[in-house]
Amino acid sequence: MADIKEDVVLDARNLLCPMPVVKAGKQIRSLTDGQILKILATDRGSIADFPAWADDTGNELLEWHEEDGTFVFYVRKVEEED
Amino acid sequence: MLETHETKLTEESVRALIREEIQRAFKKDSATKRACLISSKGTLDWAYPPLILATAAAATGMDVSIFFTFYGLNVIHKDFERKLKVSPVGNPGMPMPVPMPDIVSSLPGMTAMATGMMKSKFAKKHVASIRELLDVARESDVKLIACQMTMDVFGYSQDDFIEGVEFGGAAAFLSEARKSHLTLFI
Repeated sequence: MADIKEDVVLDARNLLCPMPVVKAGKQIRSLTDGQILKILATDRGSIADFPAWADDTGNELLEWHEEDGTFVFYVRKVEEED
Repeated sequence: MLETHETKLTEESVRALIREEIQRAFKKDSATKRACLISSKGTLDWAYPPLILATAAAATGMDVSIFFTFYGLNVIHKDFERKLKVSPVGNPGMPMPVPMPDIVSSLPGMTAMATGMMKSKFAKKHVASIRELLDVARESDVKLIACQMTMDVFGYSQDDFIEGVEFGGAAAFLSEARKSHLTLFI
């Protein structure tokens, strides 16, 4: 698995729906196009939520995996063209 | 004399063009990014769904508004902490630590107990509280609209509600709702 170098880490562990997605939405705004946000979450719902959120916001979910009960997501910011 | 293009218009290329245009039109359709919810229930358990859905929708960049009507006004009332309760009476869907017949759950104090139990269980599982969800909603520009008609009937004034609440009626809400693909009645 290629190592992805993240630019910002968001710790959303111990937060339940909708907070992981809400915080990610907020955090990603401070990133520039192409930067990578690493999100840590323990909410099982986030397995479905983050792919959907990425799809809806146009950002790219690069990969995700589970590490000792924590879900790790790597999202690349894609600036929306108007 | 008409100028003709070099490329031939095959059926496949025409289909591809049409598909592209449809995608583009869909992306430009602002209704796909708008959500209108109605919150009509005033118990603690029913206060969560509209707020959770609204904040999650806002997190995906949608324009969200919630219309609070009837007992839903409890959710945005200044005194929501005390107003939002949950009762096990007639609520067979509610998980209870021990099976409890309605005749027991209608005893004085049972509603307060069930409410306290729900609040502490949710806090233990790290679910955002109603207060936090309202804050997040306002921060994410979710519009909170109180139904003026219900207010008049129940005798509420505009000052009875939390900061940031707007006021409107059915027509105002419906005007927003018809421009939104996502409309939910909760």
